[in-house]
Amino acid sequence: MQSYDFKPKSKVGEFIGEKVISISAMSALVVILLIFVFIFKESIPIFTDPEIQEEASVGKMVFKQEYYEGREAKWSWQPNSDVPKYSLLPLFLGTLKAALVAMLFAVPLGVGAAIYTSEFASRRMREIIKPVIELLAGIPSVVLGFFALIVLATSVQNLLGLTFRLNALTAGIALGLAVVPIIFTVSEDALSTVPLSLRDAASALGANPWQVSLSMALPAALPGIAAGIVLGFGRAIGETMIVLMASGNAAVISGSITDSIRTFSATIAAELAEVVFGSAHYNVLFFIGSLLFVFTFLVNLGGDVILSRLKTRLQGRLE
Amino acid sequence: MGKRNLRYPNRILTIGELYGHRENVFMETGGKMRKFTFAFIALIVAAGVLSAGTTITIKGSDTLVRLGQRWAEEYMKLNEETVIQVSGGGSGTGIAALLNGTTDVCEASRDMKPKEYKLAEKAGVEPYRVSVSLDGIAVYLHNDNQVTEFSLAQLKGIYTGQIKNWKEVGGKDARIILYGRENNSGTYAFFKEHVLEKEDYAEETQTLPGTAAVVNAVSKDKNGIGYGGIAWAKGVKFALVKVDEKSPAIQPTMENVSDGTYPISRDLYWFFNGKPTGDLKKLVNWALSPAGQKIAEEIGYVPLSKEQAEKNMVK
Repeated sequence: MQSYDFKPKSKVGEFIGEKVISISAMSALVVILLIFVFIFKESIPIFTDPEIQEEASVGKMVFKQEYYEGREAKWSWQPNSDVPKYSLLPLFLGTLKAALVAMLFAVPLGVGAAIYTSEFASRRMREIIKPVIELLAGIPSVVLGFFALIVLATSVQNLLGLTFRLNALTAGIALGLAVVPIIFTVSEDALSTVPLSLRDAASALGANPWQVSLSMALPAALPGIAAGIVLGFGRAIGETMIVLMASGNAAVISGSITDSIRTFSATIAAELAEVVFGSAHYNVLFFIGSLLFVFTFLVNLGGDVILSRLKTRLQGRLE
Repeated sequence: MGKRNLRYPNRILTIGELYGHRENVFMETGGKMRKFTFAFIALIVAAGVLSAGTTITIKGSDTLVRLGQRWAEEYMKLNEETVIQVSGGGSGTGIAALLNGTTDVCEASRDMKPKEYKLAEKAGVEPYRVSVSLDGIAVYLHNDNQVTEFSLAQLKGIYTGQIKNWKEVGGKDARIILYGRENNSGTYAFFKEHVLEKEDYAEETQTLPGTAAVVNAVSKDKNGIGYGGIAWAKGVKFALVKVDEKSPAIQPTMENVSDGTYPISRDLYWFFNGKPTGDLKKLVNWALSPAGQKIAEEIGYVPLSKEQAEKNMVK
């Protein structure tokens, strides 16, 4: 028989129990902090060691460099060259291009699906759509990457007659598939959180379902949808396997989305395994890691802040 | 249940939940460390259980890992008191492990770089190099490509980006799409040194993880060109390579690599800390024996010539 007696056995037991669970809550914070400290620690020589700075200082990573005398100055990522080149610009551009394509693909899909599911779909339909889209989030990114590499790349190339089979567009679309569930889930949550009382009030004033959705629910949930987009963007920036497999990994500087790209995350994944321990290249890869960490952390934090504000605002109106 | 709950709004997704399932770079490094720890514990346990025998660890090049594993299996059958653990990770990983003292044998598909020799000196490690097998680098083309052969100078022009169109090397009028390996692979370094004469690859070169991915990409790209080991041939054709315009074009076959006529071939190495003695010496000399070299040939590596193998043995 089940017992519903929740009385603690003793004060001591209660005390210990509370401490144990508070430690488990704190451990997540500690882990995040430690990860950052250790990753950043490995990139410190870039700022302090003159021998490393000779190869890769912050200036060399950001500004155009004249690598060979008499030849044109340029931004270039060629860390294993006789004259190592560590410009981060091609990688930054690649990361941004992939993320933007992914967002162009995922935002309309994710937000559209969220509006339909929370506002217009029948309960039966909703019970099918929600789990299916959430299932998409469960697909390992290496599988999405493989799909993009083998199937998507060929179709996109044939459809558009592209020169490069693996490019920012293909990688971006595959990345978009990974981002859709995030945008969908957060946006759908935001729309569902709009209080029923507001909807009832709008209906009572004579608004039809379309007007309730588009003029009342959507504006009220807009910060939540924005948060979903921001969180999705964070994922698109940090995602590794998909871009590693489908983007071609060529560090070129170009504005075209049909050229190959090389992203920050893919660069770390591809190069860290074989880099000479303690070399400038090693430090630069960890520096890129720190940049990615800070960036995705800020983006996610931003998203979470927007979301919690939205919730207090909507609930505040209730009282 | 299905109704919207006002008091407890649907939960916020936390960062952890959103990222729990993704391939995270930082977690990957963490995984590696965990792997190290795990290997370390396994090593201690194994050492405790088998305190009578010896344990040899072999680590390094992904090109060589298959050969190392086959050799280990056969050697363990012949010497039951010896336990050999083989793992890959790349030439750079193997060399780092040798310098840290976490492996007995480092497999490498390239020589150590000057920087690595300097680090070895700092760590008090004396690298001892033995060439255990050969490998030829083949140039892959799409099956429909009319071009059949290149001179080394043409290959250099193509991969440094000076030659951009197939018609410049006797093909149709189309842009050449370059495929290559990641910049830390031994194959990348070898091709850069011997074909590109240390110049940089063209920035448009698409780098793919692994030879299999390069072969796959070229097999799907009519204008593609790639390079990699000669044991991989499914779905692509091999280009013949000549030293210069006057010399004959050579097919990349095992015989041609073994006798040195094919121009793009390399040694595959085992590195030790100091001249190997005892079990290590026994192992490497067995690998260089006709029996060991025969196993190499069976699984697609190019064996050393008999004289060369004998010369490489540790005296």
